[in-house]
Amino acid sequence: MGQFLQTFFEESFEGLQEMEAGLLALDSGDPDTETLHTIFRAAHSIKGGAGTFGLQALAGFTHHMETLLDRLREGRQAVTPEAVNLLLESVDCLRGMLEAAQDGGEADPEQAVALEKRLAALVAEGNDPSPVPDAPEPEGPQALPESHAVDSPAPGGWQIGFRPEPHLFMTGNDPLRLVEELSELGDVTAECHIGQLPAFGDLDPEQCHLSWTLTLQGGADEDAVREVFEWVEDDCELTISPLAPEGAEDEPPAAEGSPDAPEESTAAAAPDVDDEGDEAADAAVVSEAPAPSSAGHGDNGNQPPAPGAGGGNGQPRKPAAASSIRVNTDKIDALIDMVGELVITQSMLNQLGEDFSEDKLEQLRDGLGQLERNTRELQENVMRIRMVPISFAYARLPRIVHDLSDKLGKQVELKLEGEQTELDKTVMEKLIDPLVHLVRNSLDHGIEPPAQRRELGKPETGTLEIEAYHKGGYIVIEINDDGAGISRDKLLAKARAAGLLQAGEELPDEQVLDLIFHPGLSTAEKATDVSGRGVGMDVVKRNIRQLGGNINLRSQPGEGTQLTIHLPLTLSILDGQLFRVGDQVYIVPLVSIIESLQIQREKLSRVAGKAELYHWREGHLPVLRLRELFNEPDAGGELANGLMVVVEDDDRRVGLHVDELLGQQQVVIKSLEANYQRVTGFAGATILGDGTVALILDIAGLVDLAQAQRKPADAAAMRVATEEAHGEQTQ
Amino acid sequence: MSEMSASQQDAALQGTVGEGDQYLTFTLGDEEYGVDILRVQEIKGWSGATPIPNTPDYVKGVINMRGTIVPVIDLRERFGMPSREYTQFTVVVLVRVLGPGDKERIMGLVVDALSEVYGIPEDELRPPPEFGSIIRTDFIRGLAQVDEKMIIVLDADRLLAEEELATESV
Repeated sequence: MGQFLQTFFEESFEGLQEMEAGLLALDSGDPDTETLHTIFRAAHSIKGGAGTFGLQALAGFTHHMETLLDRLREGRQAVTPEAVNLLLESVDCLRGMLEAAQDGGEADPEQAVALEKRLAALVAEGNDPSPVPDAPEPEGPQALPESHAVDSPAPGGWQIGFRPEPHLFMTGNDPLRLVEELSELGDVTAECHIGQLPAFGDLDPEQCHLSWTLTLQGGADEDAVREVFEWVEDDCELTISPLAPEGAEDEPPAAEGSPDAPEESTAAAAPDVDDEGDEAADAAVVSEAPAPSSAGHGDNGNQPPAPGAGGGNGQPRKPAAASSIRVNTDKIDALIDMVGELVITQSMLNQLGEDFSEDKLEQLRDGLGQLERNTRELQENVMRIRMVPISFAYARLPRIVHDLSDKLGKQVELKLEGEQTELDKTVMEKLIDPLVHLVRNSLDHGIEPPAQRRELGKPETGTLEIEAYHKGGYIVIEINDDGAGISRDKLLAKARAAGLLQAGEELPDEQVLDLIFHPGLSTAEKATDVSGRGVGMDVVKRNIRQLGGNINLRSQPGEGTQLTIHLPLTLSILDGQLFRVGDQVYIVPLVSIIESLQIQREKLSRVAGKAELYHWREGHLPVLRLRELFNEPDAGGELANGLMVVVEDDDRRVGLHVDELLGQQQVVIKSLEANYQRVTGFAGATILGDGTVALILDIAGLVDLAQAQRKPADAAAMRVATEEAHGEQTQ
Repeated sequence: MSEMSASQQDAALQGTVGEGDQYLTFTLGDEEYGVDILRVQEIKGWSGATPIPNTPDYVKGVINMRGTIVPVIDLRERFGMPSREYTQFTVVVLVRVLGPGDKERIMGLVVDALSEVYGIPEDELRPPPEFGSIIRTDFIRGLAQVDEKMIIVLDADRLLAEEELATESV
């Protein structure tokens, strides 16, 4: 059961995302019926699943959403911004409930109850008090019986003929469950017809041979009844006829007390599904800002809010215990094909080997070439399994832009491009937070309010454009806005105020913008709860660097800001520089190398007689002798004329003294921990072409190692030097 | 490796395999040690390892076992016996062990030479004496007498646990 539950949660979260995306699309003023159906289906699946797993609170809540959605999709109620926002809020609440259920807890019911009431109220409001005579649906614009207050007398009951197709069981449906569900609507009497039952010998127990006539007493409306059978509709013959015929023809009575006279937008919510409704919705979107319900979203950090928890809850969600990945069948088929080819190549080589003679050398060479090609393709395709389109990371952005622009009173158009660009699942998961942060920044600090934009002669609606594409072994993500850009003067003033720059100290232009990545700098004129808590761009930069990528910023004051993020496609392969220390080959990631140089004697100096420093680009680099660190013999040799690789990790720069630089190549990162343990100074290992193992250096770990090995005084001197080296580089 | 499987088969055919659990034995100096044969993943000749700097001497380094990185431990050095130069008979026995949290790991043990496969019933395993062996008793699951020889049956899981403790203190 646990595994199904897990799948249910995964699918539900996907469903929520779908709903959210759909709702946001509706918000743009185009109540597309197909979108409404999609949203409805997602809600319906969540409700069904929740019911199956006994998550009653969830099922109940979703039911209320579904009621409203059902009315919207059938055009009995207009799609107003109010409704969309309420539904968006409900999606958040539902997500919170799902998360709580996933962690085995219960969500705070208050929020759900409050929302349920509002949903019901909206449904009630949408019920047109004056019945339209030519209402197309015979049952009238009724809400489902569960939806409070608007219950209205329905026919005295229904007679339902239910004759399932023989394959009903195969679809996972159980008639008994349907009857039980039906009996929740009223008293049910079931009559079973066994006429189709074959002789015992011919009986296939996996086929359904029975049919039923069900009589439902009570005031359920036809929709509710049909809904029970919704999942089996295509697999059965279903007839539903009213028990008391006069009930069905009745005009629906006015929903009792709709005291708040429907406003402009809802007045048009007549039960007919015509253009009129669409226009009304269009008008409504333009006419009023849906302020009341959106206020709660913007300030909830990057994650959807937990139910009951107020704003400012930036806590990341606990990752699900086991993560799974959905793989397109095409990818798997491609893999199978490739394995097939590999097998063929293998058997060909086998045959060749059985009676090999020199004249078959050419064939052997061909075969090996083919093997190499097969292997490479197989490797690439296996990698592709972990690749997911970046649209997963994009999914959250429209919502954030929607909520934030409401909140900030700005008009922003979000353009997302390259949604199908694929990248490693792990990279993508870690990319989401920085991306969200950058989007918030851009909205908060970048794009100006409409009035100001008008004055500047810009269109009132700002544009935020995000584009992803592949370039080399990297994925490039560009985030461009046409906002105010970054003011260099303001940035410099801030830096001086924060003591990062001495008064009168000037910086080259390109370094000024780099200041924004400095910890503790925020240029927001007033810190808002949206961004500008002083943590920000430095964290973004660190996150991206942790993924082995980098981020660049360009900005023209008054014209906008362009951010470019480069990320490796996968975390399991890196471009490495191979080098030799003693007899061993080691690897350092290419991204952390700044420069490789030959050591010049006159630039070397010593601190406290031991720690060696190297004069490099106006600073002093500590030199790490790798021979010494790795306990190789002849550790104390001459440094001059030796080779040094200048590497950087986070805030630290050091020079690594190595024996010989070898080639550069892509290596697959293997864990040392899987069978052994973490080793300070090494990020992992890889297998070289000749089958031997080479260790991959971890720069931060090496520095720690060096500090631990030296005497305290020495270590202190070195620490000062590392910081100094870094400081002089950034400032 | 093929030699080994041959000798395993021989052992089985000649009936040297008794009742009970089967143990693969190997020698370190004059002593004969055994590990549960079900734990043995693979046996290969010594062909070098990539040393990991700043780990204890008995950790010979890591090797590539079909794409996974596996640490190799010299049992002689682990037990504090004088080390011996590796020869063509030096073999690496790759065993599965349970690490902390019952996580399965693979570890290579460098031994002087392989010996036999014996079946030793559980009740013939005697608890180790407090002393009398050059190694600490924590690694030993028990002693057994087979064909006039004493076999020291190792507790492979303990080897790793101890080994980890040792590295932490270095």
